[in-house]
Amino acid sequence: MGVTPVTLGEGADLDGFRRAVRRLIAEARPPDAVVWQTDGTPSLFDGNRGEAGADAPPISLPRAAADLIRLVVCHRDPERYALLYACVWRLLHGEGALLDIASDPLVARLALMEKSVRRDLHKMHAFLRFRRVTDDEDERYVAWFEPEHDILEETADFFVDRFRRMTWSILTPTGSLHWDRETLTVGPPGEKSALPATGAVEAGWSTYYASTFNPARANPSAMLREMPKKYWANMPETNLIPDLLRAAGSRVETLMSNAPAPSRKKDPAKAVARMREDHVRTLADLNAVIAAAEPFVTGGTRAVLGEGPLKPSLAFVGEQPGDQEDVQGRPFVGPAGQILARAMAEAGIDRDACYLTNAVKHFKFEPRGKRRLHKSPTAGEVRHYRWWLDKELDLVAPKLIVALGATAVQALTGKALPIIKTRGPFDFNGRAGFVTVHPSYLLRVPDEAAKREAYAAFVEDLAAAAALARNPTARSA
Amino acid sequence: MEILDKLAVLADAAKYDASCASSGAPKRKAAADGLGSTTGAGICHAYTPDGRCVSLLKILLTNYCLFDCAYCINRRSSNVPRARFTVDEVVALTLGFYKRNMIEGLFLSSGIVRSADHTMEQLMRVAKTLRREHGFAGYIHLKTIPEASPWLIEQAGLWADRLSINLELPTAAGLSRLAPEKSDTTIREAMGHMHARITEARAERRRFSPAGQSTQVIVGADAATDTDILTASDGLYRRFKLNRVYYSAFSPIDHASGLLPPKPPPLAREHRLYQADWLLRHYAFSVDEIASTSADNMLDLDIDPKLAWALKNRGAFPIDVNTAPKEMLLRVPGLGARAVDKIVAARRHTTLRAADVARLTVSFRRAAPFLITLDHRPGALTDRADLRARVAPPKQLSLL
Repeated sequence: MGVTPVTLGEGADLDGFRRAVRRLIAEARPPDAVVWQTDGTPSLFDGNRGEAGADAPPISLPRAAADLIRLVVCHRDPERYALLYACVWRLLHGEGALLDIASDPLVARLALMEKSVRRDLHKMHAFLRFRRVTDDEDERYVAWFEPEHDILEETADFFVDRFRRMTWSILTPTGSLHWDRETLTVGPPGEKSALPATGAVEAGWSTYYASTFNPARANPSAMLREMPKKYWANMPETNLIPDLLRAAGSRVETLMSNAPAPSRKKDPAKAVARMREDHVRTLADLNAVIAAAEPFVTGGTRAVLGEGPLKPSLAFVGEQPGDQEDVQGRPFVGPAGQILARAMAEAGIDRDACYLTNAVKHFKFEPRGKRRLHKSPTAGEVRHYRWWLDKELDLVAPKLIVALGATAVQALTGKALPIIKTRGPFDFNGRAGFVTVHPSYLLRVPDEAAKREAYAAFVEDLAAAAALARNPTARSA
Repeated sequence: MEILDKLAVLADAAKYDASCASSGAPKRKAAADGLGSTTGAGICHAYTPDGRCVSLLKILLTNYCLFDCAYCINRRSSNVPRARFTVDEVVALTLGFYKRNMIEGLFLSSGIVRSADHTMEQLMRVAKTLRREHGFAGYIHLKTIPEASPWLIEQAGLWADRLSINLELPTAAGLSRLAPEKSDTTIREAMGHMHARITEARAERRRFSPAGQSTQVIVGADAATDTDILTASDGLYRRFKLNRVYYSAFSPIDHASGLLPPKPPPLAREHRLYQADWLLRHYAFSVDEIASTSADNMLDLDIDPKLAWALKNRGAFPIDVNTAPKEMLLRVPGLGARAVDKIVAARRHTTLRAADVARLTVSFRRAAPFLITLDHRPGALTDRADLRARVAPPKQLSLL
């Protein structure tokens, strides 16, 4: 068998290489029987070279090999295809684990090539600079870059993902990319002279660059290792470097020789003390913060604030506003709220004299058709809102807090506790409290007799809580 | 004041914060009408002549400050020029630079003005405006004010990729001397709260500071030794699962306080601390092991801490590349974590020779006295009295 020549397009001809490999493997051509060459046609325009073998069966290679090939074909080393084919051949001929053996001379060499391409990609992502085309209302940008390898198309996804809403072009000496916010097109080589002039933003960037440099730490070799001079031409800030370095020594001497400065102002201990206090001093302040804040749960449309007088004898803490509460913007106005109102009346509690609020301030729900289905907040969400609740209760200062249901207990204690066992008087980290069920629980009890029983127990709890609030010392009795 | 003048003042004021990373965020792409992405790894868009990378627009919202921390150029008794950005100005600068591919995003810090809450709220609003009004999906790192109200921090965590609280000085004594208004307890409590929030949000798949939290420690401004510093870092990694501790050699500043030492520490000290920190996080070294190689609890400035440990523990070497456990390979000077991974993968299929190992690391010369391969034994080399001189890199001349 003689030597098989394979001609691929210039640049990174990944498709051509894939087709050729399929054909060569199907024909069982060993690596030393193939000569790889490229013609003058840049692969960028090579839609379909229609070589024989396009219909050869696909080859199954490890994922790592596919990634390696995709990147190494971008390398400008003329040997890249021969090396890759030798690797594919060995992978398919008894050395399936070849890529695990990084010490193998061929694998090590390909790894170095891959590394070089990755570095080039990284540098293009980093050092490419767009300039704004100003003769346009549209946000249109142009960049010029000279990559070391043929990575232009490999880099496209990065720039599309990042600058999706801008219209931009990237020009290189071997081809160009153009994005119009919808489609990406590959074009012929560009000219650096097509770049628009720098503007105010570049001037601002130079100011930033100079200011963020610390002359006391000048280390040009470390800079050059990461940002070699070949990239400097694309970057507006780099022409500052010589002056910054030249002035660094004398700037540091000045710093070091300046005498320590005496304190200019008197000790503003009061200002610092005030800073340590919260800017939230009243319930109105707190409510303004809560109303303006983003919901921490999904679904909430507006914050439902607590309601009632300050320093009440009883404050009721529920779980979270429901559908009706969210619509009206007031706590305990839905079905559960109505049960609570009835039970309060039967227990001899004046609802208007109580403070009513929820542990979580927003309605968390899942849309189910036209209905909004209540969804319980997670422990973390409860904790998010706990800060507010704590502050709120500090400001409201009730004699006794009635926790309605497990979520309220969790918000007040930081722990998940079983309601039935905890039911009754309870100490919420130093605040007098009482635990009972949430009124919505009463709606869910299935049979009528049990429902009446549960309701009676609830009314009894409320009466006990009210008594406790009137006479806290009676608690132990 | 023109915005460029403000930028000059407020970038200068922020340059002492060592954090520059834009890594660790979940991968994100811009929405159809959005701008920006994160790739998981950070991208350094430029390097300043001090060799440090520019990844984020790192500025202060304002350098007015109520506090009077001796090491900080922005302390209230300093005579530096002052400036203050508005929320919209920071947003405009960030977007302008980002659209030209100059940055990965924003690292915003601030002096404390009016109140902790007022300051924190402004920081949070910058992040919120970028995300909500501009569909910005780039990286955002906010410095949080430990004294700020918890709900503002909760909000900040919704918008930022990373939150950080600077410890600044590793010991409570140093802090009370140099930063009288700061409190070690407040800072550590704030870190604890942050850790709890991050852990919980991850468990519940909620968004809260997805790239975790970091901190900065200033080196050489107080009497703390390297062992003190590493002990503090180790504690932070263990207790609060910090992603990074940054070390910032205290740098001469204009209008310096009389409380500061007259000369800054050598930059090499900062470098050695980063290397030791790396050994703690990625090479399973303990603080005690690293401290055992140091004199007066200060790391050797001439050689890296891993080499220092190996030279003091020659009895543990040489080890056989083809059979030694991974933990021991990680202790060989000149073998990095990646080289070790490659060795472990390769030796399942083949037996390694010296030339094979040399292809996996750039510094085989340093590793050779500690390694046995199929065709290489260091023999008496491991025990030679002049081994340190043979493997230590030649001393570099100071660049200044």
